[in-house]
Amino acid sequence: MTDQTSRGLAVALSDLTRAYGTVKALDGFTLDLAPGELVALLGPSGCGKTTALRILAGLDRATSGTVSVGGKDLTRVPASKRDMGMVFQAYSLFPHMTVIDNVAFGLKMRGRDGATRRGRAGDMLELVGLGEHADRYAHQLSGGQQQRVALARALAIEPSVLLLDEPLSALDAKVRVQLRDEIRRVQIEVGTTTLFVTHDQEEALAVADRVGVMNAGRLEQLAPPAELYSAPASRFVGEFVGLSNRLPAHVSDGVAAVLGRQVPVLPGSTSGAGHALVRPESVSVVADAAGTATVATVMFLGPLSRVTSTLADGTDVVAQLASSDALRLRPGDAVRLEVDPVPVLVVA
Amino acid sequence: MTPSRSFRIARAAVLLVFAAYFFVPLLAMFDFSTQVRGSAPGRTWDNWTFMFRDEDLRSSIVASLLLALFTVVLMVALLVPTMVWVRLRVPRAKKLIEFLCLLPLTIPALVIVVGIGNVYSWVTYLLGDSALVLTFAYVVLVLPYSFRAVDASLSGIDATTLSEAARSLGAGWFTVVVRVIMPNITGGILGAAFISVALVLGEYVFASLLHFDTLPVAMAALYKSNGPAAMAAALASMLLVSVLLVGLTFLSRDRHRRNQGASS
Repeated sequence: MTDQTSRGLAVALSDLTRAYGTVKALDGFTLDLAPGELVALLGPSGCGKTTALRILAGLDRATSGTVSVGGKDLTRVPASKRDMGMVFQAYSLFPHMTVIDNVAFGLKMRGRDGATRRGRAGDMLELVGLGEHADRYAHQLSGGQQQRVALARALAIEPSVLLLDEPLSALDAKVRVQLRDEIRRVQIEVGTTTLFVTHDQEEALAVADRVGVMNAGRLEQLAPPAELYSAPASRFVGEFVGLSNRLPAHVSDGVAAVLGRQVPVLPGSTSGAGHALVRPESVSVVADAAGTATVATVMFLGPLSRVTSTLADGTDVVAQLASSDALRLRPGDAVRLEVDPVPVLVVA
Repeated sequence: MTPSRSFRIARAAVLLVFAAYFFVPLLAMFDFSTQVRGSAPGRTWDNWTFMFRDEDLRSSIVASLLLALFTVVLMVALLVPTMVWVRLRVPRAKKLIEFLCLLPLTIPALVIVVGIGNVYSWVTYLLGDSALVLTFAYVVLVLPYSFRAVDASLSGIDATTLSEAARSLGAGWFTVVVRVIMPNITGGILGAAFISVALVLGEYVFASLLHFDTLPVAMAALYKSNGPAAMAAALASMLLVSVLLVGLTFLSRDRHRRNQGASS
């Protein structure tokens, strides 16, 4: 295998807008990637994440805004001249070529000689663990293997940026997790700046250095996964990423009163009456005959279980507990709910 | 008698009836074309070798074969890149292209000939009176069938993703069409080509009314003076087209085997 060195370049998408008639798929979208970083774009269908990736790839054109890589403006540069490797959601191997010819295709376009092409393509196939399958055709491979080959093909050209457009969405759950980990391993090994578009939050949180959450063509928040989860910057992020309870709260002097407990609030919280977004793991359920809440359901999820309780006003509260604690509770039990004193976002 | 046996007999009977329907006229043609003139006994290949001996018939065969070749080349050169381009870049125009390509099917050949008669006066004035100028008219004539064959083949692959993958790897549009898309629709292109050859070798109305000597026109003229030789020429023409179609079947099957599941 050839020596891999970090060759990541900084990427800057500045104030991108993409309009289809009156509908804006992107609306003032700005995103910066540091060299060698893997950023995942996460968001619901139609939020503009794939549009942003396609504009970076040169496969779509922004109505306004600029795209630069390594300080070079690529806004008007065609896709074929951008030096970016891309893995698509749909299987995209060329059916009439063998695996090794697919991987070597980009090198052929760059005028490399046959021996160099085969050597580099072979190295890339080894990197993704498919060296034995070099002479097969796409239809002789499984979906996961096809996406591995597509990854090798994208990396073979030593791209300045690697673009992954929901590459795992067509695969079954087990293969998805395997390939997700493999993509991260390979990306770290190669050091290419990578933009990963997905609608699967677990995938985004697991592989990315930073995750960008998009909504209606805009970037709502860009942060490391743990920060995104524990300190959402907006109601949308708090509700979209992970599970959240919306509990009645009252904020004064930077402290919110939630279920009778005082908890600090995150920047961006509203003041006065509102709703606190509280994670299930921040809620404790204590069996108490005098408690004002009633257990509705107990859902066993392995080492953890999810307990849903109903407050006197009818609000459902989900708590995530160790199964050993949760399985002591029965639907109908009277319980007391407590909120851990971790910062919460309070929205109107 | 078991039901499966009766089914097999019925199936064989139907096959025999259809085989007879198709092959008896061909055998009759062959018989007629190899008979010795008058009522003399024996067989002769004179009528078959006549095709190579008669200067007019030979030149009309060459003209028809060249016409078939040029028609296929021009059809592929015009239709395939246009259809790929429309599918990839202007999918909204697909209905319009489909309408234009299918239009010749709805207009009787006679009407088209009358319509383009004046145009062909200029064509022959500018390019000469060789039968090969019929290529332009024949490309229009074969469009409906060629469009269907290429369109079906294009629908069988994810042309958009394949082209985007190729472009992201550094391929220009020409490379995308020639090296990525076309190899994956070879079955459709071959189908379009063979159908075009069959149509051109059998086309009579255009050539006759525009006064060009192609194989069907020459055969029609020959039939009046030498029926057995015309029959031999007709049978040879049919055999050629049949060989082409059988070849197409095998080539398509081979490509299908290679590409099966590739677009899934």
